[in-house]
Amino acid sequence: MAVAASGRTMRKAKIQETITAYLFVAPWIIGFLVFTGGPIIFSFVLSFFRWKVINTPRFIGFDHFVAMFTTDELFLHSVGVTFKFVLYSVVLGNLISLSLALLLNQRIRGIGIWRTIFYLPAVVSGVAGSVLWAWMYSGELGIFNNLLLAAGLEPQAWLWDEQLVLGSLVAKSLWNVGVPMVIYMAALQGLPQDLYEAADLDNAGEWTKFLSVTLPLISPVIFFNVVMGIISQIQTFAEPYVMTKGGPANATLFLGLHLYENAFHFLKMGYASAMAWIMFLLIFLLTVIQFGLARRWVYYEGQSS
Amino acid sequence: MTASSTSLRNVLLGNRFRRGLLKTLYIYGALFVYAVLFLLPFYWMLNTSLKEPLRVFQIPPDWYPNPVVFRNYLDAWINERTDIAAEIPVYNYAKNTVIITVNGVIATTFSSALIAYAFARMDFPGKQAMFLGVISTLMIPFTVLMVPQFILWKNLNWLDTFLPLMVPYWFGSAWNVFLLRQFFMTIPLEYDESARIDGATHWTIFSRLIVPLSKPALGAIGVLAFVYFWNDFLGPLIILSKPQNFTLTMYLANFSVAFVRTTPWHLYMAASLTIISPCLILFFFSQRAFIQGITITDFKR
Repeated sequence: MAVAASGRTMRKAKIQETITAYLFVAPWIIGFLVFTGGPIIFSFVLSFFRWKVINTPRFIGFDHFVAMFTTDELFLHSVGVTFKFVLYSVVLGNLISLSLALLLNQRIRGIGIWRTIFYLPAVVSGVAGSVLWAWMYSGELGIFNNLLLAAGLEPQAWLWDEQLVLGSLVAKSLWNVGVPMVIYMAALQGLPQDLYEAADLDNAGEWTKFLSVTLPLISPVIFFNVVMGIISQIQTFAEPYVMTKGGPANATLFLGLHLYENAFHFLKMGYASAMAWIMFLLIFLLTVIQFGLARRWVYYEGQSS
Repeated sequence: MTASSTSLRNVLLGNRFRRGLLKTLYIYGALFVYAVLFLLPFYWMLNTSLKEPLRVFQIPPDWYPNPVVFRNYLDAWINERTDIAAEIPVYNYAKNTVIITVNGVIATTFSSALIAYAFARMDFPGKQAMFLGVISTLMIPFTVLMVPQFILWKNLNWLDTFLPLMVPYWFGSAWNVFLLRQFFMTIPLEYDESARIDGATHWTIFSRLIVPLSKPALGAIGVLAFVYFWNDFLGPLIILSKPQNFTLTMYLANFSVAFVRTTPWHLYMAASLTIISPCLILFFFSQRAFIQGITITDFKR
């Protein structure tokens, strides 16, 4: 009798617990359905329709996806621009942030001050930073050209030269490496000292220690920073929007900018949805490739091979 | 014999000392060069913001403002001489940004904590599947959601209001849920159990135990959220169209680089510097929270 009763109260308590738990996660479920999952499905469906907001949507099958690779000459161009930018900014950004973290990991004075200096640009918005860099890149009035002139070199048309403009945007992106730097710093601080002591016993030089101890141990963090860097840089928008408007001659027409223009200037909602899906697919594929490659170079402790 | 061995040791020590000194010199040298490069843009912003209007367009530019014109800051904010969105003073954009930011910080921190609590401390059917859902939304870029969400706001008649920039954040955000769950899991479960024996409800455990114990993590989420909302550009750009609804980032972006020679750069830089200063000040006073927020993820898991 008593056992049955306590069983019942326990079941009742369990149901109670489940209800409470659902109440706690309810915001996420609602938010997911209304603001994320729902829109994603809707956008997938929409990519098969021609819809310019005011007219009724018309089913056109795969036309948008075909158009992207045939009639829209700017789509593949913008993918190329974006990839080139991502490649340079992620590779150089990780080199700089890692080298900064290595410098700050030495026994130096005023580490807080140095860290503040290098992290600071990361809290400046894409827009404020872009306005500032556009001003620094400007022709006769800009600081860069005046530094070049002071050094006896030719001034450059930083943002107006098709060949140079993407490099100028990459340089600006390198100013914002604070986040990966802080992640590298934390990783370096967590490295076990005994391996370095063992390397010291073998009379290993600094460079050898870096290559054979530090690098393998932080490879998971390099992997993390590269993946996160690609995901964030592929979405670059404020910089070209503010600094170049995609020009000159579409040399900085990023995928995000092309998508934005199609959706909100030309109101091609269906086409923009299709593009967004291709963009998502690209990010997804890149990440999968990353994970595939990672097995060859990322070293995880406590894992054989 | 003994003499030569001591001298040898001296030479070796001397070499090692010299090499150490050289290394220190290299390190500080490299740090100094990097620091100059990283600070140069800030200096140029400050320099321009304090220049006399006519001297802004002087070729070659002055490396320091002479005379120093603090009035630019007043002009930039009272909007006396700018011709950008002429009728609307900059403090109006600031008001909009403050509303969106304050709501965003409170909303995302509170709702994400609540959701993370359930994932970290409670048992319920479908938990694993739902958490997988959270993880999978981590990777979805805003660009994918931008168009369908815009259509949603249009159908709700929410366009050109702050609602799309405020309401969704009360439903948790994947990153923050993920980070807070990781943090909550490090708090010993025994605490909950003893509270449960004392008859505490989940809400009590959450608000009286987990939240106070997680102040560093919540603070980290909060400061990063502040910077995110303060700097957000694409979100407001899509939704807001009446100039009186614009945010600070929209105001800053609202000029064309093509008119370099006619843009009042001194006022722009004064405005820019004041606009970024809340984030700079916040960072100066809560560095630890920033760093914790960024490094909260455990890479090995």
